[in-house]
Amino acid sequence: MKKRFLSSILCAAMVAASIAGCGSAAPAPAASEAPAATIEEAEAPKAEAPATEDAGSEKLVVGFAQIGQESGWRDAETMSIQTYAAEHTDTVELKFADAQQKQENQIKAIKSFIEQDVDVIGLAPVVETGWDQVFAEAQDAGIPIILLDRTADVDESLYATFIGSDFIEEGKEAAKQMAELIGGKGKIVELEGTVGASAATDRKTGFDEEIAANYPDIEIVASQTGDFTRAQGKEVMESFLKSNPDIVGVYAHNDDMALGAIEAIKEAGLKPGEDIVTVSVDGVKGIFEAMVAGEANCTVECNPLLGPLFFETAAKLKNGESVEKWVKSVDGVFTSDIAADVIDSRAY
Amino acid sequence: MKNKINKLSQKQAFWPVIIFLTIILFNTIMTKGEFLSISIVDGHFYGRIIDIFRNGGKLMILAAGMTMVLATGGTDISVGSVMAISGAIACSIINGNLLPGLGGNVAMAIILAVCAGIICGLWNGFLVAQIKIQPIVATMILLVAGRGIAQLITSGKIITINSDAYYFINGGYIFGLPFPLYIVLFLVGILLLFVHRSAFGLFLESIGCNSLASKFAGIKVNRFLLAIYTISGAFASVAGLIESAGIKGADCNNAGLNIELDAILAVAIGGTNLMGGRFSIFSSVIGALIVQSITTTVLALGVPAAYIRVLKALLIIVICLSQSGKFKLHISKIAVSKKKEEAVAL
Repeated sequence: MKKRFLSSILCAAMVAASIAGCGSAAPAPAASEAPAATIEEAEAPKAEAPATEDAGSEKLVVGFAQIGQESGWRDAETMSIQTYAAEHTDTVELKFADAQQKQENQIKAIKSFIEQDVDVIGLAPVVETGWDQVFAEAQDAGIPIILLDRTADVDESLYATFIGSDFIEEGKEAAKQMAELIGGKGKIVELEGTVGASAATDRKTGFDEEIAANYPDIEIVASQTGDFTRAQGKEVMESFLKSNPDIVGVYAHNDDMALGAIEAIKEAGLKPGEDIVTVSVDGVKGIFEAMVAGEANCTVECNPLLGPLFFETAAKLKNGESVEKWVKSVDGVFTSDIAADVIDSRAY
Repeated sequence: MKNKINKLSQKQAFWPVIIFLTIILFNTIMTKGEFLSISIVDGHFYGRIIDIFRNGGKLMILAAGMTMVLATGGTDISVGSVMAISGAIACSIINGNLLPGLGGNVAMAIILAVCAGIICGLWNGFLVAQIKIQPIVATMILLVAGRGIAQLITSGKIITINSDAYYFINGGYIFGLPFPLYIVLFLVGILLLFVHRSAFGLFLESIGCNSLASKFAGIKVNRFLLAIYTISGAFASVAGLIESAGIKGADCNNAGLNIELDAILAVAIGGTNLMGGRFSIFSSVIGALIVQSITTTVLALGVPAAYIRVLKALLIIVICLSQSGKFKLHISKIAVSKKKEEAVAL
């Protein structure tokens, strides 16, 4: 209800902004570069688009349609993009749209970017399907589209490139870390993410393949879904500990499930981090705190700080340079040894 | 003897208890006895049965509150969101984001979280009793908005807290038994006393059967409805505290997500008519244990992730069929006719 109320206000503001833009000659949408600009602010400059074009034709003008606020991870990604734009105001101009978790808002934002004739459009698609038409419109207008951190189910020719992590690679890295922590042998369990999510499927594939290929003495004795949540991670781990009391490690597809598993391990009278080691993916602050406390062992970062890479790629596209269809982001690996040193620098 | 058994099987709680015991027995056989084993770890009991009671605690509390709402012919689908709100408030106060003046006082955090639940319940009751909105629609408002409010409190992030006192709500043990069990005994005990030792339960059933007639008979229906939804809200907030204490934090996107359906299912398995009327809080609590033990069963059997929901659905269908009088009648008719055929053949 609250959300709906908010969105109706936003709609009203949008309409008001465009009417004001048509009616008066000099609207003043000063907020177009403010960090927290939302859709109506991104649309407001429509009326004065010719002015900006004259002023900064060498500037890289990028429109970015973000999903909205959903997690600390996404907030960090948004911050990274906005900070980069704020620090490079002489070379880039960012038009930022917050879609509040709605596909129709993202489509609206993309259409308005096309009207404003931006150089490059960035998009973190909220869902996988339903993008063909609006992507085709952008292509007709000659504007390349960059997909950020999530893919869309469209023909490859419709977008320029995808920037994001390689989930399979993350799974493989996690397997290597796990093998190192438990000395290459022992029984381990796996907490999977939401069934059907690409992050869960790929992180499982990468991990399982790496273990099967290189570490014959490690056995994955159980693998079940914990739906990416702490509560489920805990409940599933409680069950694992009862059917397999002799496990030495747990691999979780995200940090939150690992945090839940840590509680379950404690309840079983064991020491997380010593009796049972943990390896998880993401790199959220909570897991760093656990690592500092000695309760978690390792996290494979899924880097949300994609701002610099995103603008670099956008600049290449504007200059007509070719880019890879998949620009892989650089992910780090953090173990408990270095957790204390880096915890303060964690942005999310 | 036969009379006694017959009498016992007439009770509403009879079949739910049988089903629960059957599930436990099934698991015990499937896991070759591991399911029943209880050991002592760090001075408390440890085993799957203990897990069922601890993890099922929140559902038992919700089911108890939900039973009364359903007995009036209403429904409360906002309980999951109320859980998220109470968890968010408690955790935000403890880590000092909200009302830093309290200095992270755990007792105050719990009291204020329950107060929030009471306010949510009052709001639901007000919409249903005074404004006369249909219960499912009235509580849907909070179902949607409540999660938004919770996200607003935590600014959309998962809050992690570090408080052993708060953690005790879920992870604590008294005399070796998990603390949530005591919360359930306390709340359900009070409710049972209240319902069975006063005319409250009778009035409730009469409102559920015919609220207009009850009104003419002199029952203050509106006041009753307000009270019932408030109790449901308060119970939901306690369930929210248990949930958030379990993960040492508030996860507003997932806390209590879809749990309202589990609570309604628990009441239905307990044999209470969802259209209102006769109800049994005790049966609903057993129903909640059944729902929880289904989850534990699926985990204990190690079913691959993709099949979990299908298996749960199958189990629920079997349970619902075994509860249906018509179905049982049909089966017994078939059995009887077969026997007759055999007799004729001989």
